[in-house]
Amino acid sequence: MIDTAAIRMENITKSFGSVIANDRINLTVNNGEIHALLGENGAGKSTLMNMLSGIYRPDSGSVFVNGEAVEFSSPRDSIKKGIGMIHQHFKLTEVMTAADNIVLGQRGGFFTKEANLVKQIAEISDRYGLDINPRKKVYEMSVGEKQTLEIIKVLYRGARILIMDEPTAVLTPQEIDKLFRIMRNMKEQGCAVVIITHKLNEVMEISDRITILRKGRSVDTVLTEDAEIPTLIEMMVGRKVDLKLRREPTERGEELLRLDGVTVIDSDKKAALDDVGFSLHASEILGVAGVAGSGQKELCETIAGLQAAEKGRIFFGGANILGKSPREIIKLGIRMGFIPEDRLGMGLVASMDIVHNIILKEYQNQKGIVLRRRPGAEKARRIVERFDIQTPNLSTPVSKLSGGNIQKVLLGREIDSDPKVLITAYPVRGLDIGASYRIYDLLNEQKRRGVGIIFIGEDLDVLLELCDRILVLTDGKISGIVDAARATKEEIGFLMTGGRI
Amino acid sequence: MVSFLAAAVIAATPLLFATLGELITEKSGSLNLGVEGMMLMGAVIGFSAAYGTGNPGIALLGAFVAGGAGALLFAIVTVSLQGNQVVTGLTLTIFGTGFASFVGDKMIGLSVPASVLEFFSARKIPILGDIPFIGPVLFRHDVFVYLGYAMVIALSIYLYRTRAGLNMRAVGENTAAADASGIAITRHKYAHIIVGGGLCGLGGAYLGLVTVPIWQADVVTGRGWIAVALVIFASWNPTKAFLGAFLFGALSILGLRLQSMGIHISQYLVDLFPYAATIIIVIISTHKNRKEDLPPGNLSEPYFRESR
Amino acid sequence: MKDGKLFSIGSVKAVKREDIPKNRSAIIRISSVALSLVFAGIVLLFFDLNPFTVFATIIEGSVGSASRVQQTIVKAIPLTIASLGILVAFKMKFWNIGGEGQIVMGALAASFVALNFGDAPRPVLLLLMAVASVVAGGIWALIPAAFKAKMGTNEVIFTLMMNYIAIKFVTYLQYGPWRDPNSKGFPKIPNFSENGLLPSLFGVHIGWVIALILTVAVYLFINYTKKGYEITVVGASIDTAGYAGMNIPSVIMTAMFISGGLCGLVGMIQASAIEKTLVYGISANYGFTAIITTWLARLNAAAVLFVCIAFAMLLQGASFIQLAMNVPAAVAGVVQGVILFFVLGSEFFIRYKVLFTRGKSGSSEGKEAR
Repeated sequence: MIDTAAIRMENITKSFGSVIANDRINLTVNNGEIHALLGENGAGKSTLMNMLSGIYRPDSGSVFVNGEAVEFSSPRDSIKKGIGMIHQHFKLTEVMTAADNIVLGQRGGFFTKEANLVKQIAEISDRYGLDINPRKKVYEMSVGEKQTLEIIKVLYRGARILIMDEPTAVLTPQEIDKLFRIMRNMKEQGCAVVIITHKLNEVMEISDRITILRKGRSVDTVLTEDAEIPTLIEMMVGRKVDLKLRREPTERGEELLRLDGVTVIDSDKKAALDDVGFSLHASEILGVAGVAGSGQKELCETIAGLQAAEKGRIFFGGANILGKSPREIIKLGIRMGFIPEDRLGMGLVASMDIVHNIILKEYQNQKGIVLRRRPGAEKARRIVERFDIQTPNLSTPVSKLSGGNIQKVLLGREIDSDPKVLITAYPVRGLDIGASYRIYDLLNEQKRRGVGIIFIGEDLDVLLELCDRILVLTDGKISGIVDAARATKEEIGFLMTGGRI
Repeated sequence: MVSFLAAAVIAATPLLFATLGELITEKSGSLNLGVEGMMLMGAVIGFSAAYGTGNPGIALLGAFVAGGAGALLFAIVTVSLQGNQVVTGLTLTIFGTGFASFVGDKMIGLSVPASVLEFFSARKIPILGDIPFIGPVLFRHDVFVYLGYAMVIALSIYLYRTRAGLNMRAVGENTAAADASGIAITRHKYAHIIVGGGLCGLGGAYLGLVTVPIWQADVVTGRGWIAVALVIFASWNPTKAFLGAFLFGALSILGLRLQSMGIHISQYLVDLFPYAATIIIVIISTHKNRKEDLPPGNLSEPYFRESR
Repeated sequence: MKDGKLFSIGSVKAVKREDIPKNRSAIIRISSVALSLVFAGIVLLFFDLNPFTVFATIIEGSVGSASRVQQTIVKAIPLTIASLGILVAFKMKFWNIGGEGQIVMGALAASFVALNFGDAPRPVLLLLMAVASVVAGGIWALIPAAFKAKMGTNEVIFTLMMNYIAIKFVTYLQYGPWRDPNSKGFPKIPNFSENGLLPSLFGVHIGWVIALILTVAVYLFINYTKKGYEITVVGASIDTAGYAGMNIPSVIMTAMFISGGLCGLVGMIQASAIEKTLVYGISANYGFTAIITTWLARLNAAAVLFVCIAFAMLLQGASFIQLAMNVPAAVAGVVQGVILFFVLGSEFFIRYKVLFTRGKSGSSEGKEAR
């Protein structure tokens, strides 16, 4: 029988140190098919696809492309076989133009000929219904444009097998629709498309078949038309889970925090935050939605005193804290917790142990010049116990812990300081479902205790189910604040792209 | 004035070679602080080859190979073995300095043979050399100076007009992206580090053969470090590197010039100018805002494909 | 060289290690030093020198007699103190390449005191000299630190250029205003008075006591004080330090003042105990070598002491070679360089496991090489 499958991966195993990321995984993808690779964070989806794109090399197992056994030792080998991967974190060179990025690494004449290239790009764009300005620099592009560029880049290389790693994570609902149209277009042209995701509704909408991975193993491959969401979840997580999030019904309390006309100018002289004003109350979770880079980071950091603002005021308990450093804010007796987006790059010191991370914000209260470890050690022990942090001991560097446990150290430290306001930026990013729900529970618990919470999120479904109100940021401006109980995804998507209701 | 500017061009030439060498090294993503060492290695091998054979071609080839060999050591340790680039570069300087004084110990006081001096004598370029002012300043020099001009032009074309140049810039800007695009990272880094080192070696050789044609214990005297600073000054652009080298060439001979004009200021204080000027330049370069003027995105970061 | 692979020899690949037992990493480091000696030996053979004789002479020259041991210690003192200074900066990931200049400026300030207040009682004079040298070295380091802290100026080039400025300035003094009129045309600065010289203890000037005390002090400072903690956090991540409410410019400047101050003290010790005056070459490359020793000691103050003693043996042995075998002392630079390349490269084998796979990599078992 002739092997018609575009990709066949058999018994693929790959380990990193003692962690087995892929354990004898099998996967078959046909031409003219959109195949979803479904699994939790850490299930091994990206690892598997990175082996197909030549980034990783499998420890054992075989790969066949259109029936031919292949062995990739570099991305170049993979490109030659018609495989193109669009990575979750775009692999583009910022200071170069779209055209430069497209032609990168391609063989051809000695000199670069831009005119020819622009023509070829236009042809590809027409055929697949894409749109790009070849002379635009990547750093001037929006997230959606960058993704389009990545797609054109792989098509230019003649890819017939496309792998997309979490392509919808950073897009608005409208952009997702457009992406899906492009994907169906490719499928009709006979391409094989693999989409990595953990969003079930998207899987149901776009894919023909689904392969589910769990903890590095392939669980099953099913036809999408036969699949049902609850069984998919069960296969993903390994047990029955109720994925319904609970919105804690609380009475909204007094106003805790109020921003008034806050404007932040970034290093490119653009307004990262433009006249932002809103208030946060006790016992509420205020969600913040927006396309990545719409000012979320600046919003958090301005409130936390890490970012200088051009103008505006931030009231916390009657005092204007704008322009105050984190140190001064702490000295004012303001209890504010902040879970930054980059946990190991900002919230914690990766190379230090739990104790030294726990004392990070309070060591300055110690008297004298000597750093005392004991009070921190007691507190660390308490936090480890209370939040059920899995660690060999308190002297383990936090970088050695799993993502979920790292997040719990950070969240534990911030919650343990008994904050009145808690700012959390993408607190479940990279965590598996179990750990994510544990975090949601912790946030709800804080809300019950009267804490006002700002929750920067990316998954609109989660925002709608968990939050009381949702604030939408577009290019640093607030394009709307909606009641989460009544709003729809489409409304928020509309606001994210700059529309107003 | 003309003779001063012409002398500045000659003083700039060794700096220019070293700066261009470091420039392509950094463009491909590696910060090699061993310029001083590589220049010394090039100088001592260049001199001993010139002294031994009397053949300027062999001397220059030897200098290029010596600088390139030093750079190869750097490449092995930092690219293949992921060693820290700052410390490895400093090690290369220590090694190169030791190597040069060790090899050159017995040559101190020896002179460059006449055949080599003859090769490096000034030759006027027809037509261009007759242009008033510009001719005597730029086009009545030795072949090595002209080679420097050619390098600036060739490198500008290479970096901004060729596929190979595009690919190597991508390696320095975003190594992971370049890798995913099918560019051979290791090969690119090695090639540019070695050629860059070779250019530094040539710069050193010029110092030992032309600037001071009698062998001394230390002929480079910190110029390698100035070259590293000039790369920053030049915003990683070959043409600006030429301007920077020229400026520093002028500064380095200013003292003699001032004295001949009757302005008496200690030579030792004047010697300080280039270094002070370098600091000022580094401070000014802190304020660069255009993205294109910033250092390569992944400069001095080791790359390991399978890192997660 | 095949694309992207770290090595091209057949089917070899490197895999990141999770953890490595302490003794294992020690074995790798020691064997890399051993290997580097073999390689250095080959280099020496290339220069027509018998490596065994050279190594034996180095050892003989560094510990062969009581006076040679004393000489080795004399070289270990400035190296250790300078390394401790560099350590404080490196802990913060501030690349202080300016040790040389800080040493020179420290020596300059100490000399100024010694030459102008030579009649002061010995303890007072020495103390004043020490304070002056620490302040001068500290300020010399503070200049690039302030620019780094306030503007983000690249410190590598800045500190480096400060070296040349310091050295050129002292050269100017030595050949100009400070030149000893009684030296019969020889460009030198007058010697310090007897009171400006460091006393000896057990045959070596008391710098060794200072070095030992400072080693302990720096170790305690980095590991057990709030400032040390701040320096470590700033070094690990500036963003985290800001998040924790640390005053980052103040941390950077404090650390650099300490770093430069320690180097400055080296200048005072060398001027007072060794040269008995100020010379422009007073730093004798200790500021550069300290960068290497600090790195080799993996930024650990206790380890600095041992690495510096080993390096001092190498330096002392090399200067002995020059006399005994008529080989330039620069051989030390070559041997140092080779050892360093190997040690720097060996870190790779601590962080990564190298696997050799037989036959087709798709189906074979990986074998651990190291």
